[in-house]
Amino acid sequence: MDVLVENFFNLAIMRSALPTVLTGFGMTLLLVAVVVPVGLAGGLLVALLSGARSRLLRWPMIAYVDFFRAFPPLVLLIFIHAGLPFAGIDLPAFAAVTLAFFLNTSCYYGEILRAGIESIGKGQMEAARSTGLTKLQAMTNVILPQAVRNVLPDLVSNTLEVVKLTSIASVVALPELLYSAEMARSISYNASPIILAAGLYLLLLWPVVRLLSRLEHRLAG
Amino acid sequence: MSNWDRFVFSFFNADVIEQYLPSIIDGFFLTCVLALQVVVAGIALGLILALIRSLKIAAVDLLIVLYADLLRALPPLVLIILFYFALPSVGISMSGFTVVWLTLTLVLGAFAEEIFRAGIVSIDKGQWQAARSTGLTHIQTLISVVLPQAIRITVPPLTNRTIAITKNTALGSVVGVGEILNQATTAQSFSGNATPLMLGAIAYLLLFVPVVVFGRWIETRFAWKRQ
Repeated sequence: MDVLVENFFNLAIMRSALPTVLTGFGMTLLLVAVVVPVGLAGGLLVALLSGARSRLLRWPMIAYVDFFRAFPPLVLLIFIHAGLPFAGIDLPAFAAVTLAFFLNTSCYYGEILRAGIESIGKGQMEAARSTGLTKLQAMTNVILPQAVRNVLPDLVSNTLEVVKLTSIASVVALPELLYSAEMARSISYNASPIILAAGLYLLLLWPVVRLLSRLEHRLAG
Repeated sequence: MSNWDRFVFSFFNADVIEQYLPSIIDGFFLTCVLALQVVVAGIALGLILALIRSLKIAAVDLLIVLYADLLRALPPLVLIILFYFALPSVGISMSGFTVVWLTLTLVLGAFAEEIFRAGIVSIDKGQWQAARSTGLTHIQTLISVVLPQAIRITVPPLTNRTIAITKNTALGSVVGVGEILNQATTAQSFSGNATPLMLGAIAYLLLFVPVVVFGRWIETRFAWKRQ
């Protein structure tokens, strides 16, 4: 038991690692604040285009979605970070992470939003258009609010995955939460900073998991 | 060299392909083996936990909920790093392969448990009552009446979740598991050329495009409407 406490819940080491780990937590939050809106915007574009009547718009979108969903996000990130410099494109770590996340999450958000839009009856669009709204107005004021409501649990669930996924940025040495904790671990030879980081992830994400369980339950019941 | 030649030299280099293709193929099979083991163990774990939860023993339920919440809230990479680098200091040493298998199985188990449970809960009470009134026991009702109906609606979400989690096998590269990504990055740093990364990317496409298309098909095949 003492060995366990000494190695995993060492308060002295946690205290000295706290500033580093908190700085990393800040970077994780910044990353989330960038990649989630960017992914949602990309996803909305994907959803609108893949719902288009023209096959020339629809099919490339399906190909785009299936192509980028086939790659593990870490593979996209490594390819952008380690491969693109060979083509003369050398992105800083933050930009590489943002691009990898955009390619990955826009597909997932896109599929969810598309399902949401499809769940709204055609009559809604027709009724909205008949009141004189343009197609765009009908989409943003009538269809999307209902669509988002219908797929809210999926959107929240995907956002939870995106936040967890920011931990892979540690692989390209972006000093986010996991990277900072791992640095502190390798300096102190003690796992307590990782436990500290895990605690911060839980603090941030446990409420989301609870919320999700309730949202899903309400829809099922 | 023209720009095009330089591009081909860096990304589609025949010499590099010849030298490193075998290791990428090794990685491909290792990824398959790891993914299959995670899928089988994770789904089995989730199903067992959901069945246990349907017995409604308060203390056990609480433990399962706690487990499912923790595993759904923590990034898998954090768990992998914890298991691989930290557990040895308390005398528990596992290979990278075992660590990744264990982590992803626990994660998939947590998600699968929630999905199976949602499926079981969604079956109308009348089904239980009708089955019990014919003389079936609780367990018989669960297995012969409720589960067959519940599994049908759990197929699409479970398929998608399983695909997403098996792609996490790439995280094994961080702890030295010789799967596709690991083989590709190792070969890239030895050869100083991006071709192995391209080979790795192609290997992932070969493996996962059919899987993603299959997932899409499942979704339309088992389409069910909310509410």
